[in-house]
Amino acid sequence: MVALANNVVVHLARHKVSTAAALVVLAMIVAAVFAPWLAPHGPNIQFDNGLTNSGLPVPPGRVFPLGTDLMGRDLLSRMLYGARTSLVVGLAANAVAVFIGTVLGVVAGFVRGIMGAAIMRFTDLMLAFPALILAIALAAILHPTLWIVIAVIALVNWTWVCRVVYTQTIAISEREYIEAVRSLGASPLRVVLRHLLPHLVPTVIVWGTLGIATAVQLEATLSFLGVGVQPPTPSWGNIIFENQAYFSTAPWLVLLPGIAIVVVALAFNLLGDALRDVFDPTSRSRS
Amino acid sequence: MIGRYLGRRLLLGVLLLLGVTVVTFILLYLLPADPARMIAGRSATAAAVERVREQLGLNLPLYQQYLHFLGRVLHGDLGRSYMQRVDVSTLVGARIWPTLQLMLASIGFELLLGVTSGIIASLRPRQAVDRIAMVLTFVGVSAPQFVVGIMLLYVFAMYFNWFPMGGYGSPIHIVLPALSLGLLGSGWYSRVTRSEMLDVLSQDYIRTARAKGAGPWRTVMIHALRNAALPVVAMIGMDIGYFMSGVVVVESVFGWPGIGQLMWQAIQSVDAPIIMAITMVSAIAIVMGNLLADIVALFVDPRIKLR
Repeated sequence: MVALANNVVVHLARHKVSTAAALVVLAMIVAAVFAPWLAPHGPNIQFDNGLTNSGLPVPPGRVFPLGTDLMGRDLLSRMLYGARTSLVVGLAANAVAVFIGTVLGVVAGFVRGIMGAAIMRFTDLMLAFPALILAIALAAILHPTLWIVIAVIALVNWTWVCRVVYTQTIAISEREYIEAVRSLGASPLRVVLRHLLPHLVPTVIVWGTLGIATAVQLEATLSFLGVGVQPPTPSWGNIIFENQAYFSTAPWLVLLPGIAIVVVALAFNLLGDALRDVFDPTSRSRS
Repeated sequence: MIGRYLGRRLLLGVLLLLGVTVVTFILLYLLPADPARMIAGRSATAAAVERVREQLGLNLPLYQQYLHFLGRVLHGDLGRSYMQRVDVSTLVGARIWPTLQLMLASIGFELLLGVTSGIIASLRPRQAVDRIAMVLTFVGVSAPQFVVGIMLLYVFAMYFNWFPMGGYGSPIHIVLPALSLGLLGSGWYSRVTRSEMLDVLSQDYIRTARAKGAGPWRTVMIHALRNAALPVVAMIGMDIGYFMSGVVVVESVFGWPGIGQLMWQAIQSVDAPIIMAITMVSAIAIVMGNLLADIVALFVDPRIKLR
């Protein structure tokens, strides 16, 4: 495990793009964790001097580094707290998705038979659903809270993990050492926990990282449509949703959170891709 | 042999569709909203609400409601909208053409941008052009459609004023929404094209073509691309689901009168018959798209077992 971590660090340091991606992810985590100390103002304080005389948002300046939003709140502070929302939703939703996907994938791949077939057909069924439509419909109809948003994203995100874990499990359980352990009399549970799961760790880490990018995008999209994280809790998606009307007079209110979403999703995607290169050297020869 | 294979795939597709209707039906049934109350109106008496409930068959057990629904669908009747009091098939039918236009235009952009950049990247592997193109493809797959849509609106509609802010009608209206969908998808096409081209370009017959004096343009565009093209076509099939999801967002951003916009309106007013119909249309499109991808894959690799 230590060697593995070492490999990851060496690889990330050697490739400039991967280094940048790791740094962005790190910056995002720092922003999210230390938002109360980093933010110049509270995220929900409406400042008297936060709107111009004609009632418009204040452009970026000394008091408000990125300007203010439509209600005279500091945009930088809201974006820092928004990083918190995105990270919490991204990590939590994806943790649930990875858990469901791994459990179902391992069961389907290890037990097989009717149970395995049933699980995989159900996965196919979920993949035939237009994922975003399902998420939007569920979130809109259930009156979204933070937890509903997390649950909805997890519900549409687990299918890919399940597919990948399923194929991996089948490949691993056909190896000879599994046969050997079995013939030594190890119980199926022991085989799975001690001898199968450790070999799935790289796959799960890679797909876990890539999935965070998807979760962040989904949360932003749901919040942008008004069916995700609800104001006044800031999220990058709902900052855009709230300030759309000021698009022509104060475009930074829409463009900055938009850029933040893309940069963070990009960083998680690049990081996941870099991890895949570390764990699966065969994929490197192609790209 | 192929006929039997296709038959099986079709059957599986029909079963998947049935599954989708069952799941959607259950989800809609579990909703907190009461359609009978919505149709009867806020001020209606309890007795009036009950009458509506009986008329719609909403008082029956879930499985009977589902069977009635299925029977009507098989007769081409998708029910009536709760909100607009119009046949759902009329409402959805009027929206399909705009969405189809949008999809075709987006696929056009995806192929144009994705395949071109993929070819260029594959000709200079590991060099600056290739690296930049591959990072850009990641930007493509990382940007949510609404962000791209808003950015395009800002630059090309607001700043340069080259395109309208939204709407439907002339060909110029389709450019920005189609780009919002196409820019993102082109990332995947670029990666697939690149890796297929790298494979093909290293094969003997390409060396032979070059040795026989075929120019670089002819080698790449005729000899190599033809063999790299099929996986790209297969990707179009798998892309359909992504489109069906994407149009909900992009059509709302641009005010495009397609089924995505209709779906968004139906979701907001919990208009179950419309939600049901559009979910089915999307699922049909996804299943057909996957079938197309499977068929193409057959031609690409004859070693694929016909199971």
